[in-house]
Amino acid sequence: MRALLLVLLLVNASEARPATQIKVGSKVFTESVILGEMVAQIARTEGARVEHLRQLGGTRVLWDSLLKGEIDIYPEYTGTITQEILADKYIRDEETLKRALGQKGILMSRSLGFNDTYAIGMKEDFANKLGITKISDLRNHPELKLGFSNEFIDRADGWPGLRKTYNLPQKDVRGLDHDLAYRGLESGSIHVIDLYSTDAEIRYYKLRVLKDDLNYFPEYNAVLLYRGDLKERAPDVLNAILRLEGAISESNMIEMNARVKLDRVPEGVVASDFLRKNLSINTESRGETFITRLIRRTLEHLFLVAVSLAAAILLSIPLGILAYRNERIGRAILGIVGIIQTVPSLALLVFMIPLLGIGSIPAIVALFLYSLLPIVRNTYSGLRDIPSQIRESAEALGLSPGARLRLVELPIASRSILSGIKTSAVINVGTATLGALIGAGGYGQPILTGIRLDNVGLILEGAIPAAILALLVQGLFDLLERVAVPKGLRLKGE
Amino acid sequence: MINIENVSKTYGSTNVLDSVSLIIHPHKTTVLIGPSGCGKSTLMRLIMGIIRPDRGSIYIEDQMLTPNNVFAIRQRMGYVIQDGGLFPHLTAQENISLMAHYLGWNRDRIRDRIFELCKLAKFPPDALNRYPVQISGGQKQRVSLMRALMLDPHILLLDEPLVALDPLIRFELQVDLKEVFQALGKTVVMVTHDIGEAGFFGDEIVLLKSGRIVQKGTLIDLVQTPAEPFVTRFINAQRSPLESINRGKID
Repeated sequence: MRALLLVLLLVNASEARPATQIKVGSKVFTESVILGEMVAQIARTEGARVEHLRQLGGTRVLWDSLLKGEIDIYPEYTGTITQEILADKYIRDEETLKRALGQKGILMSRSLGFNDTYAIGMKEDFANKLGITKISDLRNHPELKLGFSNEFIDRADGWPGLRKTYNLPQKDVRGLDHDLAYRGLESGSIHVIDLYSTDAEIRYYKLRVLKDDLNYFPEYNAVLLYRGDLKERAPDVLNAILRLEGAISESNMIEMNARVKLDRVPEGVVASDFLRKNLSINTESRGETFITRLIRRTLEHLFLVAVSLAAAILLSIPLGILAYRNERIGRAILGIVGIIQTVPSLALLVFMIPLLGIGSIPAIVALFLYSLLPIVRNTYSGLRDIPSQIRESAEALGLSPGARLRLVELPIASRSILSGIKTSAVINVGTATLGALIGAGGYGQPILTGIRLDNVGLILEGAIPAAILALLVQGLFDLLERVAVPKGLRLKGE
Repeated sequence: MINIENVSKTYGSTNVLDSVSLIIHPHKTTVLIGPSGCGKSTLMRLIMGIIRPDRGSIYIEDQMLTPNNVFAIRQRMGYVIQDGGLFPHLTAQENISLMAHYLGWNRDRIRDRIFELCKLAKFPPDALNRYPVQISGGQKQRVSLMRALMLDPHILLLDEPLVALDPLIRFELQVDLKEVFQALGKTVVMVTHDIGEAGFFGDEIVLLKSGRIVQKGTLIDLVQTPAEPFVTRFINAQRSPLESINRGKID
């Protein structure tokens, strides 16, 4: 008996303490995804249930999600924290920075070991020829042609400040697209460009990063930001994760970025290789086969579409009926859903973040709002276009307004309503790909990754299933039309 | 009996009906006639309660028409509109029986009534399962008539029921309709703009012009003692097919 009780207690105890759940976030660029992947893999080897919300968005999205507890940890840069996140506070040193974060319940790791800041670069062999190793060396070569990204040229802490600090004499300075800048460098039409100090291209184009000898650029040390409660909730997991502190050098990071961007090795594999080689942590980079990946994304995508469309149908048809019954309310309804439709989908998704956070819920709400107009308008116009003789005949029979709607008006308008739903569904399938931007998954995920890595194969892995799904949805509704639209409306007069 | 008392109706600034009073006698056929825009169709819609008068009242069998009793009263009236106004998503039979189903009649009662009506309206029962797009204009009007008569109403209202039909079918249907009216002895109100048709059906003809009643009476009254020159002009405006031949003889 006592033994039985003990067993029961043990069972209960093990049930009461489920595996710690940790949500890792990363930003929409390669380096952040690799770092996020490292954190996720370490946490997983420590037995935590880990979800990595990859390329969730920009700084704002990640920071807000961290504050709300939608993610527990993500990689960030000290410069970004002081310049963007806490721009309204005066931050002297690391101590004040930690205190300011602590007030919001956020903790910061020590530097992971590298500084990903703005940097100035030249071709290695050309710099060698001129004997240039640091930025102040540029002063002796006024004939050099400079090509900077447009953002860098405009920002006060970009080129204008750099020129002043180093007293640079170059006259030929032009703004151009970053990718073109690399090509210009290769062809010799420009000699000096701006870059990030851990860019993969540094290896590819064999560039020399010039030393910032006057310390002009602020430090963008890579750190991990995490919620204070993680320390109490999962101290072991956290300690394991914090082994990354000081572990990654600038050249490590350049190499890893290059492997992902240039050699097209998945981030998970790159992260896993690094952990094994440098920290002797054996992790599994969760390998998903193409098929399981496709199934998972299809389910995610269908979920977004089905829930948002169903909700839109349930609301739109009554709204369309109301618009038809009352002209003034109708104008207001059609006006409002019309205005919603003019909001760019990307903007609508971003608006949702402060209201509903990240993940599938805000994406579903945004898709729902987008699906309203075609259904409302087609319900309204389908009802309005019923010939007056038919409407009056129904009235003259003595049917109540509700019975008229149910027995006569809605069946006659059914084709128009259904085609509105079809339009909404097809648009919805396409727009749902944007859901990946706020962590809702679906076919947008590989498209997003493909754009980031300039990998057409990955883009197609999302785009082709999305197109096929749109066609299937259309076909499904064509079939549905045969069932839902009364036969008398489908016949042609003889 | 339908009693229309001092009824006025304006649309915007147009006086469609201006203090019209009219008593429509039971078991008789009353024809409303007049040029386009004279208010005859508006009067019909007012009787149906589809629109409401700005001033005045309408009594259907001594009951004043109000928004509260309009659904009940409509079931005592049958309505046939030009083009039939048949519901395109329902078969002929479903069109005819829609209201009876709604009121919960049982199947046998509905079937018996429909067969009775087929005989009366000379509609082939094997065409009952066709949809409106599958039957001719004349047949549509027969279905529309059956639908109006399904609940055996006391009053039958017809708004230009034959206007869209070609002459031969129209002629045939006029004869059949008159037979039905005579057989059933219902209070019939019909709107037309054809004086020949008015004379053929009407026990009483009511001539309207610009929202007022110009004259009422039989066709003979209108021809022999016109209330004003307009009456004669209106009657003579409709050409007889034999006119040109007669004129040829005189010349």
